Amino acid sequence: MCTIWRESAEGEIGLSEDCNLYFWGYRRPDGRVGVRNHVLILPTITCAAQTAQRITELVAGTVSFIHQHGCAQVGADYEQTFRTYVGLGSNPNVYGVVVLGLGCETHQAHAVAQAIAKTGKPVEVVSIQDHGGTLSAIAHGAKIAAQMVQDASCLMRERVSVDELIVGTECGGSDACSGISANPAVGYVSDKIVDAGGTAILAETTELIGAEHLLAARAVDDRVRRRVYEVIEAMERRAFAMGVDIRTGNPSPGNIKGGLSTLEEKSLGAAAKAGSRPLSELVEYACRPSAKGLVWMDTPGHDIEQLTGMVAGGAQVVLFTSGRGTPTGSPIAPVVKVATNTRMFERMRDNMDFNAGTIIEGTETIEEVGERLFREMLAVCSGKLTKAEILKQHDFGIWRIGPTF
Amino acid sequence: MEKHARAIVLNPKDSVAVALTDLPAGTFVTVNVGGTMSEIRLEQAIEFGHKFAVRPIAKGETVLKYGEAIGRATSEIRPGEHVHVHNLEGIRGRGDRLVRGL
Repeated sequence: MCTIWRESAEGEIGLSEDCNLYFWGYRRPDGRVGVRNHVLILPTITCAAQTAQRITELVAGTVSFIHQHGCAQVGADYEQTFRTYVGLGSNPNVYGVVVLGLGCETHQAHAVAQAIAKTGKPVEVVSIQDHGGTLSAIAHGAKIAAQMVQDASCLMRERVSVDELIVGTECGGSDACSGISANPAVGYVSDKIVDAGGTAILAETTELIGAEHLLAARAVDDRVRRRVYEVIEAMERRAFAMGVDIRTGNPSPGNIKGGLSTLEEKSLGAAAKAGSRPLSELVEYACRPSAKGLVWMDTPGHDIEQLTGMVAGGAQVVLFTSGRGTPTGSPIAPVVKVATNTRMFERMRDNMDFNAGTIIEGTETIEEVGERLFREMLAVCSGKLTKAEILKQHDFGIWRIGPTF
Repeated sequence: MEKHARAIVLNPKDSVAVALTDLPAGTFVTVNVGGTMSEIRLEQAIEFGHKFAVRPIAKGETVLKYGEAIGRATSEIRPGEHVHVHNLEGIRGRGDRLVRGL
């Protein structure tokens, strides 16, 4: 019924009569397709984060992020952080990476770079200590990045089927409308992606406590069903271990003001993002799904940690619903902000991309909004910028599962 | 959804309705309760997105929304009364109850 076309370099992204299951993307050496063409300055250690920022100020077309990780981490916590860095650099939205280290840190830049290089994309390492300080490291990193940016700009988008998409789904700053309007609309899109042979990621394990039985019932086999209950139990046990009512942390004060009274109520609304298709797989944080279809990634409900995990797992685009309004974005993936209610959409227009509030007003059905959202997603995949990208919301956070030593 | 509906009951099994606009106290709202259209008088003002009871709920009773359990009433609740954190508690993730030996 509609497709995205691009007539020429100056042409606009439009919709015309055709099959509606294609977008325009960048083919990478490993065969995966990106919806953006970033050069990523990846600081593997918090000590290098400022240097990475200075490079992005010098070189147009580069992105980076601020974080607190990369040192004095052990065991599974170390592995999870390592996996997140590698996943982010390997994401097909990234053309090439300048991995920036200090030199002495636990998460060695060379190891991260080697892992990312398996994708066949350009990867270089710059180490502050090796270059005798930040100013030289900035100059050296900027020179490498500038060349990468020019090389990246020679690539052209090609027509790609939606079965090559991994779509992350998320809700943040939820209200009572989330489970009635925006999340069911995202669920509609999730079903459409799955039916077309693509992958949709459902996450926020905390915000599935109380609704897990609904997902378990749709698991493709016993192993997936068991994993559902395992991750839910592990998340709930964390609240028990702290001796508190989980409601002191989740739902948030904003959720509660918006009408959500308990975690179970929030979870039942959140689960609507998963549509109705079978649950193919349950993956760990920042792990790339090996199966197509609907996949559950074990993440906390923390918006930015969840977003980072899904993008590190290979999600090229994220559909993010909100009732209260949030500006959150990713340095490398477009995040489409879907408002659950018209009041907030109008008020926070600067940060929101799409209004699902017409469902609440009864002027559109869930299916009509779902179709509209699917087409918006394809337009974004083909190049339409989201508000979070335009406003440089380069948010980043890793779900830490161990203490810093 | 009905155009400009003022409240909605999401499932016939539900004990609560969700206000789709700010509703003043004393408003009469017609909602579908267990398959029957019923008129409920709101005892309090109900804010957009907040819940009100559509049936009597006993203290300790499981409260249903979306046809599923969303928590337990901590006091008796009459139809038309606001249902929220002051009279509804969660059942899951209650580390505080473990500590108190409940």
